[in-house]
Amino acid sequence: MLTNCQIEKANEIIEKHQRKKSALIAVLQEVQKEYRYLPEPLLMHISSEMEISPAKIFSVATFYENFSLEPKGKYVIKICDGTACHVRKSIPILNALRKELNLSEEKHSTDDLLFTVETVSCLGACGLAPVITVNDKVYAKMTPKTALELLQALQKEAGK
Amino acid sequence: MKKGTMIIDGYKIAYEGEKNILEVVRKAGIELPTFCYHSELSIYGACRMCIVEDQWGGTIASCSTPPKDGMVIYTNTPKIQKHRCMILELLLSNHHRDCTVCEKNGKCKLQDLAVRFGIKGIRFSAMPDNQELDDSSASIVRNPNKCIMCGDCIRMCEEVQGVGVLGLAYRGSKIKVTSAFNRQLAQVQCVNCGQCTAVCPTGALHVKNETKKVWDVLSNKNKRVVAQIAPALRIALGEEFGLEPGEIVTGKIVAAMRKLGFDEIYDTGIAADLTVMEETKEFTEKFKEGGTFPLFTSCCPAWVRYAEHKYPELLCNISSCRSPQQMFGAVIKEHYRNTREIDGRDTVMVSIMPCTAKKFEASRPELEVHGERDVDIVITTQELAFMIKEAGIVFNELEAESMDMPFGLASGAGLIFGVTGGVAEAVLRRCYKQKTAKTLKEIIFTGVRGMEGIKEAEIDLEGRSMRVAVVHGLNNAQKIVKLIKSGEKQYDFVEVMACPGGCIGGAGQPIPASAGTKKLRAKGIYEVDRTSQIKRSEENPMIMALYNGILQNKRHLLHVSRECHACKKE
Repeated sequence: MLTNCQIEKANEIIEKHQRKKSALIAVLQEVQKEYRYLPEPLLMHISSEMEISPAKIFSVATFYENFSLEPKGKYVIKICDGTACHVRKSIPILNALRKELNLSEEKHSTDDLLFTVETVSCLGACGLAPVITVNDKVYAKMTPKTALELLQALQKEAGK
Repeated sequence: MKKGTMIIDGYKIAYEGEKNILEVVRKAGIELPTFCYHSELSIYGACRMCIVEDQWGGTIASCSTPPKDGMVIYTNTPKIQKHRCMILELLLSNHHRDCTVCEKNGKCKLQDLAVRFGIKGIRFSAMPDNQELDDSSASIVRNPNKCIMCGDCIRMCEEVQGVGVLGLAYRGSKIKVTSAFNRQLAQVQCVNCGQCTAVCPTGALHVKNETKKVWDVLSNKNKRVVAQIAPALRIALGEEFGLEPGEIVTGKIVAAMRKLGFDEIYDTGIAADLTVMEETKEFTEKFKEGGTFPLFTSCCPAWVRYAEHKYPELLCNISSCRSPQQMFGAVIKEHYRNTREIDGRDTVMVSIMPCTAKKFEASRPELEVHGERDVDIVITTQELAFMIKEAGIVFNELEAESMDMPFGLASGAGLIFGVTGGVAEAVLRRCYKQKTAKTLKEIIFTGVRGMEGIKEAEIDLEGRSMRVAVVHGLNNAQKIVKLIKSGEKQYDFVEVMACPGGCIGGAGQPIPASAGTKKLRAKGIYEVDRTSQIKRSEENPMIMALYNGILQNKRHLLHVSRECHACKKE
């Protein structure tokens, strides 16, 4: 169920865009910024407020890779798999992290919602390849070993 | 209007106002293949089957290109042929090709075009994915494994019906047509109108087939199988057997159904007459004593469902009358109540409807009387045609028979219920004090007839003007409700039918049903009215017999209580 606070926040975002239907993507982006994902009840609320059918909102939300319908972890780890990072072995890093956290291509977040592991196409930091980011902080020239060390450090930071 | 001349396959063809090349080519007598093009929907350009070649060897989608003066195009070059076959082969490669057991077998556009273009083999291996079948809805079955992503259902649902429960989700090879959050159809705001099934070119969406249930009761000696036939059937069923749309085949339908083993065959039109009596009474009382206006009609179950979802605050404005189907069921069940002891048979009410939403309506628990459904099984026009074909009855050679009495007699007013404007016209016939042939003509010219989406009429009723609106297509209903709510328009009586054209364009009717087909069907219905001796509901002798008989002190059987939000709170 939605709290009043969530409804108010969503309405505020919709008003900011003058309730324009064409602003749907911008509205979704701001909602996602707030909650780190797009909660279903909130999308239903946006649907009735903006008079856009739920099916259409679902269409938009599933089309763009950047939108997530599932809650994301506290630490979002993005592994760059652009050309430069790929040839400098980014996939072994991805595999090492997935194996350590019991994740896969379908399952991106750990059950305790501490970590989310996903790939991105290019972070624009090819000189530092292979690159990963944790909540937008960049870590350069990673290897599977340093990635796992980083993971441990993050776990310690989170108190686990 | 843009005018000009195009050269199509070497012949000069003049165009005048056609929006796209496709229409011009079709005018030239060439049937270009399409999946995603429907003249009543927006242009989508997804299937690419309608491509044509220009004089420089380029290929263009004819559905989404406007004609130009002097334009030279070719519709059947080796290049085009190769492309079309490739598109078909690719579509077929990830299509579940269990054609022999498919509900749309013989009526599938994909199948037709594969035959037409002589596809003899598919070079690409089948996609392994096996998506779940959705048969949660009372009316519609969705099989995503047969979807070709033409988007026809999505646009029909959104643009014509203003419902929008379907959309394209995900992308690339994972793309699929689904409802929000992949919910089943029964869990979303689907109104069961079934128009998606009428435009779906394949078996991805089809009407739930319940003929098996009917066969079962027909062969059961302990069941009295009573049938009611909706008005819109008699001018459309013939199409399934190669007859012209609008051809009246009432007598043949009755003859065929007797052969199938129905015990009693009646006319839903008589229940429509009852609806006219009840609805007019409700309206005139309100009109005299005051109340909230407008009064919306309640015959269309898809509209009622739509209002429940979208405008719960308006439910008090919808007539409390049950739909004719439910009234008929209630009367029959009452007629045969407690007869089991006499002949040991249970009564099974089967209704034959042009409509898929009627299947859902019949299953609504709030319409049960003494814990029993009014109508037990609902089959559509198409399903009845399946049964007639299955039994091997040669429909066109049948000799016409008449319906049974006492419930087989309907007035013309009851029968025009099947077409948009019909309910309003029938109610007006009852409202007019003078019952002459002249007033009948007057009503026709008030503007209730015709295929425009929104029609208005103003009638002088004993010195007071009665404002009537008639809409068909739920998107038009949405428009009119908005106008009423904003105060821009005031009406006293609003007739709503969900399907374009009214029940004659229902999703249970033979497909495909173009605008031209619907016009002919409407003409057929009006002919039925013109040739019937009884024009007004109150003149139907059976109606008076019912009120003095079964319905004495039991008029409540014909109504259902509808409560809007405000009433519920009180």
